[in-house]
This record gives sequence, structure tokens and C-alpha cells, in this order.
Amino acid sequence: MKQTFALISTYSSDEFGICSALYELGGMVVIHDASGCNSTYTTHDEPRWYDMDSMIYISALSRNETILGRDSKLIEDILETAGKYRPRFIAIVGAPVPYMVGTDYRAIAKILEEKLGIPAFGFDSNGMQYYTRGMRDAFKAIAERFALTREISDMSIDERPIKVNLLGVTPLDFGMTGAADSLKKWLLDHGMECNSCFAMGSSPEEISKAGNADVSLVVSYGGTGAAKVLKERFGIPYVFGIPFDTAQLAEELKKMTTGNDLGKVAVIGEQISGLSLAESLKDLGIDSRALCMTDHIRDPRVNPAGMDFRYAPEEDDLIRELADVDTVIADPLFKGICKDKRFLELPHMAFSGRMFERDIPDLIGKGEWLYERIMNEIKS
Amino acid sequence: MLKHVMANEPAKAGSVKICEASFPQPFYMGLEYSAPARGMWNIAQTGFLMPETHQIFVCAYGCLRGVVLTAAEMNALDRYSAIAIRENDIINGTIEKLMVEGVNDVLAKLTEKPKCIQLFITCQHFFMSYDHNSVFERIRKEHPDIEILDCYMIPAMRKSGISPDQRMRRQMTRVWKERTRCDDKRINIIGSNLRLSETAELRGWLNGNGFELKSIHDCKTFDEYVDMENASMNLYYEPVVAAEAKDLKDRLDMDSFYFSNSFDPDEIDENYRKLAERLLIPAPDFSELRTQAEAALDSLKGLIKDTPVALDYTLTTRIFSFAKMLTDHGINVTAVCTDLVQPEDREAFEELKKTHPCMEILATNQPESRFFASEHEKNADSEKEETVLAVGQKAAYFFATDHFVNIAEGGGFLGYDGIIRFTELMTDAFLNKKDRRKLIRAKGFGCESCI
Repeated sequence: MKQTFALISTYSSDEFGICSALYELGGMVVIHDASGCNSTYTTHDEPRWYDMDSMIYISALSRNETILGRDSKLIEDILETAGKYRPRFIAIVGAPVPYMVGTDYRAIAKILEEKLGIPAFGFDSNGMQYYTRGMRDAFKAIAERFALTREISDMSIDERPIKVNLLGVTPLDFGMTGAADSLKKWLLDHGMECNSCFAMGSSPEEISKAGNADVSLVVSYGGTGAAKVLKERFGIPYVFGIPFDTAQLAEELKKMTTGNDLGKVAVIGEQISGLSLAESLKDLGIDSRALCMTDHIRDPRVNPAGMDFRYAPEEDDLIRELADVDTVIADPLFKGICKDKRFLELPHMAFSGRMFERDIPDLIGKGEWLYERIMNEIKS
Repeated sequence: MLKHVMANEPAKAGSVKICEASFPQPFYMGLEYSAPARGMWNIAQTGFLMPETHQIFVCAYGCLRGVVLTAAEMNALDRYSAIAIRENDIINGTIEKLMVEGVNDVLAKLTEKPKCIQLFITCQHFFMSYDHNSVFERIRKEHPDIEILDCYMIPAMRKSGISPDQRMRRQMTRVWKERTRCDDKRINIIGSNLRLSETAELRGWLNGNGFELKSIHDCKTFDEYVDMENASMNLYYEPVVAAEAKDLKDRLDMDSFYFSNSFDPDEIDENYRKLAERLLIPAPDFSELRTQAEAALDSLKGLIKDTPVALDYTLTTRIFSFAKMLTDHGINVTAVCTDLVQPEDREAFEELKKTHPCMEILATNQPESRFFASEHEKNADSEKEETVLAVGQKAAYFFATDHFVNIAEGGGFLGYDGIIRFTELMTDAFLNKKDRRKLIRAKGFGCESCI
């Protein structure tokens, strides 16, 4: 049946995708919710909480305040705290209960901005969408608001490193394995350099210079909103993909069989990550199918190699798509529906939170196919 | 016009001296922060105490996230399922159908039928204008062989009526429906997440008088848990259990006794005297144990001398009673981390205002609280401040100290034995460091955890 998750976990939600995207950017994020949202996010989905101060709060909304529509209390409370700490921006993040009474977050943001002179955003999240959408909306808002200028180098791209924006990097998709640094290193190894990283390891100043890039590399669905803004505003082209080095994964897969016959392989995960993994495995002679439960892009450029991609939004869809599959690569909390399959664990924080965070591998490497794709996009 | 007058107004700050702190709410309730100390139990963990039970949560992904990973981290994912609410359920009014069919689907997929389903609805359901009671009834009719227990994860209601924690405890004994007998010599301990310590003198005393003590932790099967309805009395020692005890009295005419978890020796003695009177047995003489507890506290003072001590509310519901006990023995309690003063802790709170007016009350959930840990971390690095001995995970986190007692939910301690056990743990914490980050991040102190 639709909407039941009897045997597996569920993905993180839009509220937490927003929080994760904005975490390092010096803002103040307020989830407009009663309680529980903040501890859930900070416990399971935010590995930086202990080491890096970031102002993420909840409004502690009560039933009576909801019924009486007391937006004024939310505004007063934010004015009080933001007035004291003067964050770079304020983000109000919607949650299920205020959604029920049609809270107008954008209007609240406008009032705050007028009163404080601090940029403010209102996000129509409601806890009923996936983290991917929250990330997309948050990065889009940041690009719209802060990436305002473009300085073009006089030198051609043959004379200098190609400047690349990395879009859609958060712990929810990449863990704390150093993937952001590995992506930057991969760029350097291929004659490119990171212009900005949305949003791990880049300062707000670097983020505001996103308009200076030659190309954007969208590494997760969460980066699509910002990519479109930068394309529309500055004409910066964008490419989808993650440069995975799957040699070790392939070795582990082959160890699972006696005769090197893996049968059909399925990768369950976020769309761009799943497709990139499938494409990298194909280079090693392993054909696989990418299955995705979360938001996905229908743009054909996301899958130019024509990999077998299937959107499976429900647990039952996944069960059906796995029926003819022999080997599964996925987060360990998918095991409940893979009991008769060979299973290679590939933890994904957006699904299992911090449970397997120490086992998340940094697979960034090689990815020559992606380098070629970036060059083709720039030259076209 | 009537005006609510308080001696002190709630402070719009992250900390306040106790002499200036208002009762029961020392701090203004505005935006809230959440510290990464996770020893307190949540309602899913409490619910999992019930044997042969499966949980189904019907809510948005954002609300599901915390409970599914709670279940997974305590290796109980096979006892948990979810039904996700989506926007179309709200717009089209299909929530009733979703719930009924969702429960059917989950049950069809489980290899073993549970004896009980805890079916959780959330705040969102209360804004959907549908009759959730009739939906629960319909599901019960479709599954007459399974106990369908309505449960509530409703933090939006935490500031009015009974709290979600109180409600969860009350619901869990709603499966006790009809007493078929009364076992005179059987007493239940209800409502505590942690089992009463095996060394508690209360246990030994009651056992010695022929009483069997039973709590949910002792039950291996659902039927055994339901059979607790035939005990002669429900004993509880945490205020959060009062609504459950009252419900059992109202519905099943079960007697209850509140044995307050005080740290005041006179109040402890009074608890025993009253309980003995109720049970028609001689009052115990714990004077020797009382002397031992007092000596343990003096000895702790001798060891730690004037080391600053910080406490937090996750340690016990009677945190000011605990603080007063320590200060009565000369121990230098410099801070109590709490956002609320429990009504029954008021006397100790008021007394401390007079005797230790500079004691700091530190908020755990104010926006300012976000920066306490990093400030103390910096000070500790530069040796600007003395190492604090913390009792409780939040105190350890906020004061950035590895000398701490890792405990929550009272630790299962009670009475004089509890005091002695606490002093032992404080002694150990003073002498030895712990891995703060590793220990306090695990959810639900005492729960199984794969973290």
C-alpha cells in the first residue's frame, strides 16, 4: 500500500534538509514547531552540532498559539534573539502544525527583514516532503539572495583553472567523511578549482561569489535550485554527477559471489548519487539499476549515459523493483526488504542518520566520465 | 484588570542567580535550543517497554524521523512501522482511510502478529477535524485479536493539560481493563522508565514483609504485563506518573501510593512511615542507613573539597532537593541547569535562595544556551576556570567537563540507598574522566543502543 513503511526506515524531511543546507552559513534558523524537531535534527541528522556553533532553534509553538494564530509571538521572539546576535540572515522553516493553519512564512520574513535590516527567508516546508526538497529550496534562496555579482576573468579557461561551484553538498548525502575536500581535490587534480561549495567548507563570502564560476557541478538533487538560479542570472552552465571511484566497492561486490556473477545489481539512494554510482560501476563491467525514493529530476541531462533509473516512491514500489534483483547496494536500514538478496552496505545519513556514520566511505575519486562531461558542457 | 504577579519575572537570559529566579519558570519561554545530551527517554522508548508490542506512527516524515531512528538505534526496528501523512491526505480528507488501510498493510507484512499495537497519532491529527476515536474503534473491530492502543505524540499540547510523557504512561496501562482478583501481597511500581535498583532499601523492606514488587521491566510477555492489573497497589515515585495512577484509581479502583523521590532524610523517613501505615506493617528503622548516607556525603565533601559542582534536571525530578542535600553537607553546588522548578521542589528551591543566593540557574533551552559549551570549552583550554564536577549529562555538556556522573531519569535510585549510590558515582566521576561525547549522545539512558 502507498505510504506505509512497515519494514524500512524513512528519509529525512524537508525541514532538516533546509537546516543542513544552511548550517555553516552564519544565519539563524527557526523551525516553527512545538518541540522534537530540533532534537531530532540535531541528534540524527546534524553531525556538526557538537563541533560547530550554529543558531538553529525552534519556536516552541503551542496548540493555543496555533489556534489563535499568534504569529506575533514568533516575530517578537525572533526579533529578540536576532536583535541580540545579528545573524547574517534569518530563515523561518515551516513544520506540520503551522502548515495546517496556513502560516504565511514569507510575510513573517518580510516583517522581520523590515524591522531588523537582516535578510530573512520564509520556507514553506511542512515535514511531509523529503530533505532533498528542503535542500533545494534553501540553496536556491541563498543563491538568489547572495550571489548577486559576476566577475569574469580576462584569461580564457585554457590559461587558468576552471572555476567550479559544487552544489548540493551536505552531511545528509555525503556524511562527514571529508567528501567536500575530496571533491575539491578531484577538481584540482583535473585542472579545475572550487569556486564555492554549497555548503560545506565554504565561507558565506565564497558562497556570495558563486557568480564567478565557469560551471556548476550539481552533486545532489539539493543543488538543482541554486544551479538554475546561477544559470538564469549569469548563464553559468551546470552538469550533474559525482566522480566516484568504485573499484573498492566492485571488489567487495565480487567477493560476495563465487563465480563473479553478481546477477542484477540495484543501487538504492539519492538520484544523482545512485546514477553516478551506477555509471562508475558500469566502467568496471558491473551493470546496475538505480532506484530512488526521493525527489528526482526529469531533465534528460541528469542521465546522459541512459542508465537504468527507476523512481520508486513507496516501500511496495521498491519491493517490486527488487523482485528480479540479486544484489543490492544500499543503506543498511533497507535490509528489511532485501532478505533474500546479497547486500552491500553503503550507509546514507539521510536514511539512517548517525547510526553508521563511521562506516560511510569517501568514494570520491577517478570519475573520468564526469570530467569529460564538464568539459563538453563548458565548450558547448 | 487582573494582573499575574510574580515575585520575579522570568528572565530573558540564559542564566540567572537563584535569588532572582522566578518560580516555577525561571526563564522566558521564547525560541528554544536543544542540547546534544540525549539520556532522557522519549515516548517511543517508554512504549517499547511493553512486551510483544509493535508501534505504528501515523505522521509526517519530519515527525517520523526521530522515532524511526530511536527504534533503529535501540535495535528495535522490527517492532516499529510508519504510515506517512502527505499533503493529499489533508487536502482530500483521506486520513481515516490511510490509517485503517495502513494498519492492515503493516500487519500483513509482519511475520509475527504482535499482541498489541501502539498506534501513535500526532499534533497534526488534532487540526484535521476528523474523529480519531472512531477510527481507532474501526481498527479495533477489524483486528479483534490484537490490542489496539491509542497513543499520542503531541508536543504542541505540552504546555496545556497533561504532558505527552504523562499521557504516554497513562495510555500504557489502559490495556489493564478488568481486575479479576486482588493479590494482596503484590505491589506494582509504575511509570518509571528505569527499573528500581536491586539494592534499594524499599525493595528489601517490602520483600522482607512478604510483598512482591513488580514493574513493567519484569514482564516477559504481554499477558504478564496485563496481569499487573491484579496487584493490590500501584507505587510510584516520579510526579510524571500521577495522571496514570489517578486513571487506574478512577477506572479500576486501584490504590496508589506516591513515594516522593526526595533527598531530604526527614521526607524519606516520612515516606516510609506513611507507606507502612497504608500497608499495615511496622515502619522500618533505617536510621543506620541514614547515618551511612550522611557519612557518604561527608566523605564526598572531604574528597572533592570546594570543587564546583553542577547539576541538571535530567538527573532527577527533585533536582533542588538534590542540590540542597549536597549544600547541607558543604558541597559547593555552583549551578543547576533547568528550565522549570517542579512544584514539589519549591521548598528546597526557596531554601536555597536564602542559603545560596549566588547559585546559578542555567537554562538548557534558551538561545543563549547554544554557546555555553563552547565558552566553557574555551575557558577550560585556557585554564581560566576550575574543572567542574557535573552530575547529569546536560551539566556535563554545558560545562564541558569530562568529570561527570553519566545518569538520567533518576538512574533507578531511591531513598538512602540512592543517596549512597549517587555519592559513589560522584566520587568516581571526580577521580576519573569519561568520554563525554560518546556517552551523552546515546538516546535513552539504560536503553539498548547501537551508537
